[in-house]
Amino acid sequence: MAEILVYVDHVDGAVRKPTLELLTLARRIGEPVAVALGNGAADTAAVLAEHGAVKVLTADAPEFAEYLVVPKVDALQAAYEAVSPAAVLVPSSAEGKEIAARLAVRIGSGIITDAVDLEAGDEGPVATQSAFAASFTTKSRVSKGTPVITVKPNSAPVEAAPAAGAVETLAVSFSEKAQGTKIVARTPRESTGRPELTEAAIVVSGGRGVNGAENFAIIEALADSLGAAVGASRAAVDAGWYPHSNQVGQTGKSVSPQLYIASGISGAIQHRAGMQTSKTIVAINKDAEAPIFELVDYGVVGDLFDVVPQLTEEVKSRKG
Amino acid sequence: MSLRIVVCVKYVPDATGDRHFADDLTVDRDDVDGLLSELDEYAVEQALQIAEEADDAEVTVLTVGPEDAKDALRKALSMGADKAVHVEDDDLHGTDVMGTSLVLAKAIEKTGYDVVIAGMASTDGTMGVLPAILAERLGVPQVTLLSEVSIEDGVVKGRRDGDTASEQLEASLPAVVSVTDQSGEARYPSFKGIMAAKKKPVESLDLSDLDIEADEVGLEGSWTAVDSATERPARTAGTIVKDEGEGGKQLAEFLASQKFI
Repeated sequence: MAEILVYVDHVDGAVRKPTLELLTLARRIGEPVAVALGNGAADTAAVLAEHGAVKVLTADAPEFAEYLVVPKVDALQAAYEAVSPAAVLVPSSAEGKEIAARLAVRIGSGIITDAVDLEAGDEGPVATQSAFAASFTTKSRVSKGTPVITVKPNSAPVEAAPAAGAVETLAVSFSEKAQGTKIVARTPRESTGRPELTEAAIVVSGGRGVNGAENFAIIEALADSLGAAVGASRAAVDAGWYPHSNQVGQTGKSVSPQLYIASGISGAIQHRAGMQTSKTIVAINKDAEAPIFELVDYGVVGDLFDVVPQLTEEVKSRKG
Repeated sequence: MSLRIVVCVKYVPDATGDRHFADDLTVDRDDVDGLLSELDEYAVEQALQIAEEADDAEVTVLTVGPEDAKDALRKALSMGADKAVHVEDDDLHGTDVMGTSLVLAKAIEKTGYDVVIAGMASTDGTMGVLPAILAERLGVPQVTLLSEVSIEDGVVKGRRDGDTASEQLEASLPAVVSVTDQSGEARYPSFKGIMAAKKKPVESLDLSDLDIEADEVGLEGSWTAVDSATERPARTAGTIVKDEGEGGKQLAEFLASQKFI
């Protein structure tokens, strides 16, 4: 069976959920061989094996932490040359897309980004993507070289499928350009204790209608009652009410949770581009004419300062 | 010594218009107005600020696209860029990111550069990979997705805010930079800027000027193929209730019925 290279996104050995989803998709088109790089790479092996990796290639070197992107491209290319896979899958994070793209150039292949589904086809893997703020769905394939495809979080279920997961050390010689961009300082993002926005099953977002940074506490309280991530519209971020890292939309993050709750968000195209593929959409807005109501499964026309706290209390009491 | 800044910009269909695909599954450009990709305005802005800080700098805006793409160049020139390069060729229709990056890389080399600046992604394809690909093709450092950027003494410095950490980056020129929408509000063209833009030089190049063969680009030369594009069915009308004091409870009832609580 053809081998499929899967790039592992992990933080100090803790594998992030989109990589486990990627293993599910990889198994549809071949046998997953995982590539884990950097600090804690070897610690990823057990969970990767549990989810279907037949082999785990690991490498660690100071270069991965000290220089931007290129050392990881060098390593992924080394894995590509060692394995000769039928496809390369990479999670669609900002860095993942850059790594995938540079690899594609080096190996003379086409690239597809932000796939939301993947299936086997007669001429290689077929990727489903959303286009134009999710108003279109396209099916595409790579027609030159070995397909390099990046996949968005929440595109497939995480499934256990125990496999050998034999760990091998990957030999990497870094290219001349590997030290081009130095990372001179790194400040880890403070954990909020909430799920990561792009990975969360439920997202609760606030917009212009929240009307102030201090009022985001009621959005956070609802999110916490549901075990959800907190998002914000561009208007709320531009006003300085919530960090840019939580922005949902075309210039922020694109999310596709099971449930999306928009509070005080009108639903401008910019925002819709980032959330329209959510499975169930709920909105709370004072303005009955707000375009967000065209998208919703359930909408409440009302003041979010009344509706959201009441909903939070109700969720808490139902959950006991 | 003069600092040569090349800004890559894209002419895209207006996101507020009715965007769709043409019969050959390329982006339909005829039925919807085009404009300078909003995310590229941030790149133009940072280029102008860097040029203002430098003793002597020149900002060139570069685009690959059909005749109408000149509109995007004019907008950037009216913001304050010095000159423009437009790569236009009928054989470019349907070119994907690999082909476009090839054309851009050759045009950048031909123009000459110390730093290339781009937006974080286009607002139509939204791939966000072009700056990294350009760095790979040009063989220079990538200093990408910056929310802050500065250039001093031949070194570019910037801040990259990632999912798990915020990083301070540094690279020597020449380099490829991309900036996010957090890098700073883009200026509006002044009337004087708009008038001045009409007199600024726009150089036109075609594939032969860049030694690129027609089969390396275009729909046929693409590295990827779109097999189908279907319009997403309109969402079926949802339930909308007016809050009469019980809106939160009614919503909780809906969430419970969908097994979210």
